[in-house]
Amino acid sequence: MKDYLDQLEAEAIYILREVAGQFDRPALLFSGGKDSICLVHLALKAFRPGKFPFPLVHVDTGHNFEEALTFRDNLAEKLGERLIVRKVEDTIKAKNLQDGKGKFPSRNGLQTYTLLDVIEEFEFDACIGGARRDEEKARAKERIFSVRDEFGQWDPKKQRPELWNIYNGKIDKGENVRVFPISNWTELDVWNYIKREQIELPSIYFTHERECILTEHGQLMNVNEFVQLDADDVIVKRNVRYRTVGDMTCTAAVESEAYTVDDIIKEIKETKISERGATRMDDRVSEAAMEDRKKGGYF
Amino acid sequence: MELLRFFTAGNVDDGKSTLIGRLLYDSKSISTDIIETLTRQSKSTGVDTEIDLALLTDGLRAEREQGITIDVAYKYFTTEKRKFIIADTPGHAQYTRNMFTGASNADLAIILIDARNGITDQTKRHSIISSILGIPHILICVNKMDLVEYKESVFEEIKSDYLKFSQRLGLKKISFIPVSALAGDNVVKSSENLSWFKGESLFKFLENVPVVEENDQKEARFQVQYVIRPQTDELHDYRGYAGNVLSGSLRKGDRVQILPLDVSTTIEKIEKFQIEVDEAKEGDPIVIHLSEDFDVSRGSTIVKLNELPNSDNLIEATICWMDNKAYQSGQKLLFQQNSFRSKAVIKELEAKIDIHSFDEVPSDGTMNLNDFCKVNIKTAESVSYDSYSRNRKTGAFILINENTNNTVAAGVIH
Ligand SMILES: Nc1nc2c(ncn2[C@@H]2O[C@H](COP(=O)(O)OP(=O)(O)OP(=O)(O)O)[C@@H](O)[C@H]2O)c(=O)[nH]1
Ligand SMILES: [Mg+2]
Repeated sequence: MKDYLDQLEAEAIYILREVAGQFDRPALLFSGGKDSICLVHLALKAFRPGKFPFPLVHVDTGHNFEEALTFRDNLAEKLGERLIVRKVEDTIKAKNLQDGKGKFPSRNGLQTYTLLDVIEEFEFDACIGGARRDEEKARAKERIFSVRDEFGQWDPKKQRPELWNIYNGKIDKGENVRVFPISNWTELDVWNYIKREQIELPSIYFTHERECILTEHGQLMNVNEFVQLDADDVIVKRNVRYRTVGDMTCTAAVESEAYTVDDIIKEIKETKISERGATRMDDRVSEAAMEDRKKGGYF
Repeated sequence: MELLRFFTAGNVDDGKSTLIGRLLYDSKSISTDIIETLTRQSKSTGVDTEIDLALLTDGLRAEREQGITIDVAYKYFTTEKRKFIIADTPGHAQYTRNMFTGASNADLAIILIDARNGITDQTKRHSIISSILGIPHILICVNKMDLVEYKESVFEEIKSDYLKFSQRLGLKKISFIPVSALAGDNVVKSSENLSWFKGESLFKFLENVPVVEENDQKEARFQVQYVIRPQTDELHDYRGYAGNVLSGSLRKGDRVQILPLDVSTTIEKIEKFQIEVDEAKEGDPIVIHLSEDFDVSRGSTIVKLNELPNSDNLIEATICWMDNKAYQSGQKLLFQQNSFRSKAVIKELEAKIDIHSFDEVPSDGTMNLNDFCKVNIKTAESVSYDSYSRNRKTGAFILINENTNNTVAAGVIH
């Protein structure tokens, strides 16, 4: 019997190669987070000694962690793969959009515009992403090859049947498919894989001292130029790490003493709070926040 | 650690989603923040227990509003021994194609039966689908035992009814467990209420049921997904055929046949992640190099010379029609088997399978959503295949509507 990590890896590589075989202009959406770093690692296994049959594309919200951006640039350079970066900032200017407001201004919704624009600009017909079904209940419902219409919208009622490991990526011009090769991985699987493959990660995944705002919900938010500081904010210095590397404005840090991947695996096994629950502020808005964002073209 | 894929099936409201919720809840696989959210939501759905566990998998707004499952939800949990991939499928007949989606590559089917109702049409339908899909193991969970005073006689009666009904289906292995998903009896914890039951709890069963080692002694089957050609100065002549070994194993030096090209050659080299290996086994993602340059491309099948599959452009199969629009005679289709695609038409609708009795009735020429039919398909290019009962990897296919691009049918080759 094959080990489960080998099976998950083989499934992901199979899916990546299907993308390469079925589409003319695929792209890999790369965020600098652990899931997309795993995707890049899997792409190396799928396509080397050849080049990737797709560029890496990053939608830069302008609220990204410096460490993740540096990591992104270094990785693309080290691998000699093409990196395309498009900035939400530019979309806001070009389209005269309203920037995120409030104490923790989010560009989560705005990101969708930039994403759809870059898809249109390069006529991408498939976008590979690192989303996992264990992250969120709407994601748990999405196919591995998820067809989106011209507006990038997901219609959960119209999902194609997806059987065995036969993937139907046929689409009309203007449509695109979102592809999720690590759909069946959990957070713990990702870490076990990172450990086994000795994959390098940005430093913010490991514990470090950081100045944070302690919110009323008990979340630790990084103090930075985008967050509005108020007089009554409780500022604390804590040893923290990030479980996900999203925007600085809407991703919370978790207290941690994990210096190594082994420490992190131990922490995750013991924690009682889910990845999104611990770190995301954006899903608290409504029970169907993610479903609605996806219907609007979001990843 | 092993991987086990299973799905839940059964009639509407038999408690599939609740059972999965219970399994995850009692095995402490749900995070506290998710439990909080569920508790909050449950208050608004009016289920009398503290949390409506079905909400864990019913992740779409429409599902929560209607209290039913519409599409498959995938859930995961891990024990010391195994990682489980669970597909919670809908019970409504209308959504049978989504049930089929969740079931297709499972190692185990859990079919729920409401203890009060016994076997229903949906029980039969899902059992027949499981049989067509060749699911290696069927587990019948007789649920809602709390509503029949946990009576052993009820369980035994359903068990014997099911065994009688399923005789004709040729199911490989069947097991039975009584549970109450709502109260948690015998799901993770064994239960006083069901002390007469000597078998394992569902959880123990899942941890211990053998995962069928599928294909090791099977014929070697490999299909090209993608051709790697770096075309750089150093790797000028590099031409590698990338794909996963579908079944069996391949070795360096094997004499092989390339289909449908129908030429033979030798495996010169096998690489796994750029490292040369002597042998590759089922499931391995590899890159194959051949001694001679033929026009091998995506969809080409590579097999050993002494283990040839069937090769034909006329195929007999059982298909499930999955399109909302009924089949139209002469409709232009694409046939896809793994990475192989060919234009195709359905030549003949031979018979419809009565999904409640498993009888074949002569076709009246129609095929509607969720119908199961025996058909003859003609493909433009010759297909290399094995019968599905022999090899699940090379005997399965989908049909795509060339106009709408939708997947309109899934089939297994006889
Ligand atoms: N008394 C009792 N009620 C149960 C039990 N299991 C489930 N129920 C109830 O049965 C109803 C339907 O449960 P679900 O889990 O949504 O049923 P389902 O099989 O997933 O339904 P679909 O997915 O729509 O086909 C709910 O009200 C549950 O609370 C049980 O063991 N005992
Ligand atoms: Mg359900």
